[in-house]
Amino acid sequence: MADQAHNAQPSSVDGQTRRDFLLYATSAVGAVGTGLALWPFVHSMNPAADTLALSTTDVDISTIQPGQSVTIVWRGKPVFVRRRLPEEIADAGKVNIAELRDPQADADRAKKAEWLILIGVCTHLGCVPLGQKPADPRGEFGGWFCPCHGSHYDTSGRIRKGPAPANLPVPPYQFTSDTTVRIG
Amino acid sequence: MSDFKSNNKVVNWIDSRLPIFSMMQHSAIDYPTPRNLNYWWNFGSLAAVMLIIMILTGLFLAMNYSSHTSLAFDSVERIMRDVNYGWLLRYLHANGASMFFILVYIHIFRGLYYGSYKAPREILWFVGIAIYLAMMATGFLGYVLPWGQMSFWGATVITNLFSAFPLVGEHIVTLLWGGFSVDNPTLNRFFALHFLLPFVILGLVVVHVWALHTVKSNNPLGIDMKGPQDSIPFHPYYTIKDLFGIGLFLMFYLGFVFWAPNFFGEPDNYIPANPMVTPPHIVPEWYYLPFYAILRSFTFDLPFLPAKLQGVLAMFSAILILFALPWLDTSKVRSAKFRPLYRQFFWLFFVNAMVLGYVGGMPAEGILVRLGQFCTAYYFAHFLVILPLLGKIEKPKALPASISSPVVKAAALGVMILVGLAGFSGQALASGGQGPELKKPAQPFSWEGVFGKHDKATLKRGYQVFHDVCSACHSMKLVAYRNLADIGFTADEIKALAAEKEVTDGPNDEGAMFQRPARASDKFVPPFPNDKAAQAANGGALPPDLSLMNKARVKGPYYVYSLMLGYEDAPPAGVTIPEGKMFNHYFPGNAISMPMVVSDDIVTYADGTKATKEQIAYDVVTFLNWAAEPELDARKSMGAKVMVFLALITAMLYALKRQIWKDVH
Ligand code: FES
Repeated sequence: MADQAHNAQPSSVDGQTRRDFLLYATSAVGAVGTGLALWPFVHSMNPAADTLALSTTDVDISTIQPGQSVTIVWRGKPVFVRRRLPEEIADAGKVNIAELRDPQADADRAKKAEWLILIGVCTHLGCVPLGQKPADPRGEFGGWFCPCHGSHYDTSGRIRKGPAPANLPVPPYQFTSDTTVRIG
Repeated sequence: MSDFKSNNKVVNWIDSRLPIFSMMQHSAIDYPTPRNLNYWWNFGSLAAVMLIIMILTGLFLAMNYSSHTSLAFDSVERIMRDVNYGWLLRYLHANGASMFFILVYIHIFRGLYYGSYKAPREILWFVGIAIYLAMMATGFLGYVLPWGQMSFWGATVITNLFSAFPLVGEHIVTLLWGGFSVDNPTLNRFFALHFLLPFVILGLVVVHVWALHTVKSNNPLGIDMKGPQDSIPFHPYYTIKDLFGIGLFLMFYLGFVFWAPNFFGEPDNYIPANPMVTPPHIVPEWYYLPFYAILRSFTFDLPFLPAKLQGVLAMFSAILILFALPWLDTSKVRSAKFRPLYRQFFWLFFVNAMVLGYVGGMPAEGILVRLGQFCTAYYFAHFLVILPLLGKIEKPKALPASISSPVVKAAALGVMILVGLAGFSGQALASGGQGPELKKPAQPFSWEGVFGKHDKATLKRGYQVFHDVCSACHSMKLVAYRNLADIGFTADEIKALAAEKEVTDGPNDEGAMFQRPARASDKFVPPFPNDKAAQAANGGALPPDLSLMNKARVKGPYYVYSLMLGYEDAPPAGVTIPEGKMFNHYFPGNAISMPMVVSDDIVTYADGTKATKEQIAYDVVTFLNWAAEPELDARKSMGAKVMVFLALITAMLYALKRQIWKDVH
């Protein structure tokens, strides 16, 4: 009897373990399946193929005077094109890069020093900074000023003061001729 | 529940299969309620009524709304102008959102004051917070739908909050947008979710009530009901009391709907969304302002914790901390009535929340930044330091042995409404405080005041000014020729006025587009085929559409009136105005592209009125006001009737309530 009981014990433990194992394994497979089934729903909310079809925009820059800025639309966002004055370029070059919140040299942000091309969306919470029109405030550093929560950008579009964490991003672009830029 | 027995066989037959009648009997009629609830306990049921109103008005609005970026704004205006009682539905819904939050905030503060979150009501409290969170989400999503400037930029700023999270942030934002910025996919999904969430809230409300009925209502004394002598059945005592409260509340609510329907709104939202231009001062809806102030209070970067992320985390924690409240408050005593110290800190907390709201509505400048930071610190200190300590050091007053005499104070309701109004006037100040003092016409506008209507003769003169002068450059795309019948033109006159302009129609049978004279059913034909053409013809400046001008500026009618009379031949000394612009006292920045057009005798009025420049400005502002609010006359006269009715029925409900409660008092 004792022997039998002794024998029966492991086998029932064994059955129990097997059952537990199967239970956990099945639950895990079920969970993975549910997760996989959710993905199409989630991903359907991501940008659709037509939205993704990355458009390019050509800009004629021949009419932009020194010191002037224009705003163009690229992927539904404003892109700032500023033809900088020599003093603005000098200002942007003088800065001690180590002191910047988002350290970047001006030379790395403009392919031709005269032309500064930026995505005009504040890196804080997405407002369009002011500074494109002659009458606009340009902030304490002569570049752009975001009215929403007071971010100041310099003449290289770098964040200098206020809540924004990063510089105004530079979109991909190339000069296709002396008078045109292709953005995108 | 089991003791339910009706004399009606059918009722019994149903009830034994689906115990719906016994459930009603149990939880809505016999439900034992503390006999001493004061009027602060009305706000839960009021909020439930508000939810029903929101779902109903929302459903009917959805039948006329188009959730496409190119149609949304105009479809809302069509609801306002062409759909029968559309203006009523929309104003009920828009103001209803604010009302819902007022009610729920009072309900929450009631819970805070009387310790309604303490054992055994923790889960009831959790479900309440979940409802509040769902309401915040719903309100935000709904505010985006009209697709005005505030809709768009509010959506941009709020969705960008998620970009603060490291690594996944940007992906979350793209997922929310369905693109690279807030755009058509965003609007579509926001509409779908805005439709869904109220039903989630409804489900949560059921759970909330279920939990309530399990643990029973708290009461002003904060002590448990000890026996039948402490409770009264819900019906008829509280049904009648709630109904009376609903009567009072509806008068408050409809007062806004009929007489100040845009009080809680932002004028900027009557400007269609423009992804290229951010309005100078964007603020969220008033009910988020305290949290918005907390978000903006963090301005210093820490290693691994940039200011932006700190702000976002603090903002979410400010709400989530409420979940820990039952344990942060270490006092065993529920009601602030018996907690002399807590009572003072409760009011400090309340004032602090109001100040945060005020700061959140103002531009983040100077002393306000400091104030916001201080109040944010205090907000968290209240929960994390003050409440845990108070429970230890405070000596509560002796609790009464049982719920003795009932406490019913009608005055409480009035006080509470005043407190609420005081808080919001802060925001009204905030949005109206800038710029020079506006001119007022010698004679007030005819439509002002409780019974004021648009004056027909003034409207006709105003239309003449618009027709002869303004419409050379400005469009008025939301108004149709047929609408002129409203201001007294005959069908033939309207036909003739429309026929002055040509519109493109087609294609005809040959497949070609053709020109034809405009008809009464056409909208006012704009002076330029599109915005670019308008800009090119006006030195690069776009003359704004005038359909909603009076609603789209702060104190619109006075602003437009002042602007037209605010020109100066030469700018004052020290001010330079760029070439091709004019100096105007009232235009933001003072440099305006529109030339001075209003001067004496630029029109000759058909009715012989002397055309001084003040008269012209007065008339055209009246016309613009009609264009912006064509429903105004109907709205006010309906409002007067509704108020008379509500006053009557509320008085009757009050009398009935006193009769029913006679023996309890
Ligand atoms: S969005 Fe520019 S400062 Fe906040």
